[in-house]
Amino acid sequence: MLSIRNIVKQYANHRALDNVSIEIEKGSVFGLLGPNGAGKTSLIRIINQITAPDQGEIFLNGEKLNPSHISKIGYLPEERGLYKKMEIGEQMLYLAQLKGLSKTDATARIRYWFEKMGIQSWWNKKVEDLSKGMQQKVQFIATVVHDPELIILDEPFSGFDPVNAQLITNEILELNQKGATIIFSTHRMESVEQLCDSIALIHKSKKILDGKVKDIKNLYRNNTYRIAYSGILNPVETPLFNINEEKKDEEVTQLTIQINPGYSSNDVLKFLIPQVQVTELTEIVPSMNDIFIQNVKN
Amino acid sequence: MNKILLIIKREYFSRVKKKSFLIMTFLVPMLIIGMYALIFALSMKGGDNIPAVEVIDDSGIFNKGLENKKSATFSKSELTLSEAKQKVIKNEDAFVLYIPADIASGGTIEMFSQKKAGLSVISTIENQLNDQMRTKLLADAGIDALTLDKIKPKLSVVSKELTLEGEKDSSSGAAMAVGFAAAILIYMSLFIYGIQVMRGIIEEKTSRIVEVVISSVKPFQLMMGKIIGIGLVGLTQFLLWITLSIGLMTVASQIIFKGKMEQIKSEMPINKQAAAPSNDGPGMDIIKAVQTVNWTYILPVFIIFFLGGYMLYSALFAAVGSAVDSDTETQQFMLPITLPLLFTYIMSFSFIVNNPDSSLSFWLSIIPFTSPIAMMVRLPFGVPNWELALSIVLLIGGFIFTTWVASRIYRVGILMYGKKVSFAELGKWFMYKE
Repeated sequence: MLSIRNIVKQYANHRALDNVSIEIEKGSVFGLLGPNGAGKTSLIRIINQITAPDQGEIFLNGEKLNPSHISKIGYLPEERGLYKKMEIGEQMLYLAQLKGLSKTDATARIRYWFEKMGIQSWWNKKVEDLSKGMQQKVQFIATVVHDPELIILDEPFSGFDPVNAQLITNEILELNQKGATIIFSTHRMESVEQLCDSIALIHKSKKILDGKVKDIKNLYRNNTYRIAYSGILNPVETPLFNINEEKKDEEVTQLTIQINPGYSSNDVLKFLIPQVQVTELTEIVPSMNDIFIQNVKN
Repeated sequence: MNKILLIIKREYFSRVKKKSFLIMTFLVPMLIIGMYALIFALSMKGGDNIPAVEVIDDSGIFNKGLENKKSATFSKSELTLSEAKQKVIKNEDAFVLYIPADIASGGTIEMFSQKKAGLSVISTIENQLNDQMRTKLLADAGIDALTLDKIKPKLSVVSKELTLEGEKDSSSGAAMAVGFAAAILIYMSLFIYGIQVMRGIIEEKTSRIVEVVISSVKPFQLMMGKIIGIGLVGLTQFLLWITLSIGLMTVASQIIFKGKMEQIKSEMPINKQAAAPSNDGPGMDIIKAVQTVNWTYILPVFIIFFLGGYMLYSALFAAVGSAVDSDTETQQFMLPITLPLLFTYIMSFSFIVNNPDSSLSFWLSIIPFTSPIAMMVRLPFGVPNWELALSIVLLIGGFIFTTWVASRIYRVGILMYGKKVSFAELGKWFMYKE
């Protein structure tokens, strides 16, 4: 769907993007992750044709990015707002027409979304009379009103209350099921981990990691497990695993262990069951955040 | 192209629909007409409350007495000075003029009254006394006053402009007044509408709508849409002002002069009606003067220079607006914009007025940054067509240049939040590649 190839963006004395290449599949929910200042927004602005790259190319559906693609992309910027003195309906019409919709189409689509969100009565209200949460709903509608194939959300949940965040998440997933491709960009990696099929990690202007979330996590599994049991384990020393952490309360002992190569979790269970009452054995899968930190340290 | 139209439409209608626009549009012509009516009423008035001055002449020189004039009437008084002073203290409408006996040897003439006598009253008295004193002194010296008047030469120069189209009076006061008014109007409107462009951009930046919009249109389209939209607002306002003023003026003059004309007609013998206009009074003079102005020439030139100057300066205002986060930060960047305007304005009314054909005036009316104001001031004195054409071409070139510079700063500036910017920084933005 979107193919980003060898993008370089150079500002006067710093390189915002350094040879970044990313492939995004049609219909996927893609996470563009990285700390603040990593270059995410620079990349998104290039995809939106707000700025142009110094080197590299971007292809949308196999076509080189050009102005006709503007109407196929919906963009919710991190720095987002609305005209304060303008009425909501009129403002939506304006933004939708700028995206290339005709006035009649725009009116129909806006009505559809206003109904869906239950905000039909806001049409003649001015933005300055709306609460922040209400404005966020309007901004979201402005992003998707022209039925884009690609929806790009930059830090979508910053400033959202949990109710709105959930509401918007559901809408986004629904749009995804109808075929839209979604790009989430955020520095809060845990927040979109469960939403995304694939991710790319950007750090200091470079892509340091990308792929399917499942694959990346598999790659970074290191045989760490958490076990809990009651009873006394004796002897604690075993060639099966090393104990990283031990926590004891009155009856239950909790261990974080790393199983040594050549052994499996079943071997550990065989070792434990004769001696103690096992209540838990879970693999600790590294979070995106852990993976990121691990990558940055290297 | 379609999108820039959408932007122009939004910028235009969001301003024209505002209450403040309607108020400004209707209030200004009302004020102008009101002022005009007030001046007219005051000049027509004058009839009542003419001070009646009692003259005590102890010198005996002015025994002819003083003639009654529009501003005051005079009568001889037999009262003594102290009696007259008592009268003034008691009566607030009394005016007493005292001419001491030693006037010929340097005595002072005094005017007593509770209310201060007006300047015109004093000058009427001074003129008459001086005339009589002069006649007396001439007679004393053995010179006949009438003979002296005859030898006083009365030459004057009438300036005529001679062109292929024939000769015409060049010192046309009304044309000059219109030219100056046009220059002042352009000066003020460059600021008013330029600052509206700047504010509009700051508003888009602070409300954070700008990134949403420029994901749909090019920054250049957004900037040009705003500049053109607000320019059209200015043009609409001017056209409404002109139409309303002419309309109100026609109505007002009909009401004021209807009675006057009938009065004149009835007073005039029928065969002399043709000569009547010369006696129409001050109001008619203004109307006539306004009619002598070549509107079909001045109005288009005014609109061209207003639009050209506006495009040139508003692009610079746009660049400033894009570089800052609030009105208060605009100060340092405003100076280079304000300075040429202020300079031209001062030069126009101190130098160009007196030397409209000097080479400095020529250059000021040719250079795009100063020409919108300077050309308007020079226009009534006659500007060759080739100079006008050159000035317009350069003005168009000028705004294309400033727009190009501004758009390069603008496209970077609008996406910079919370950054204190210097001139060096603006230079850097200008140099950025696309």
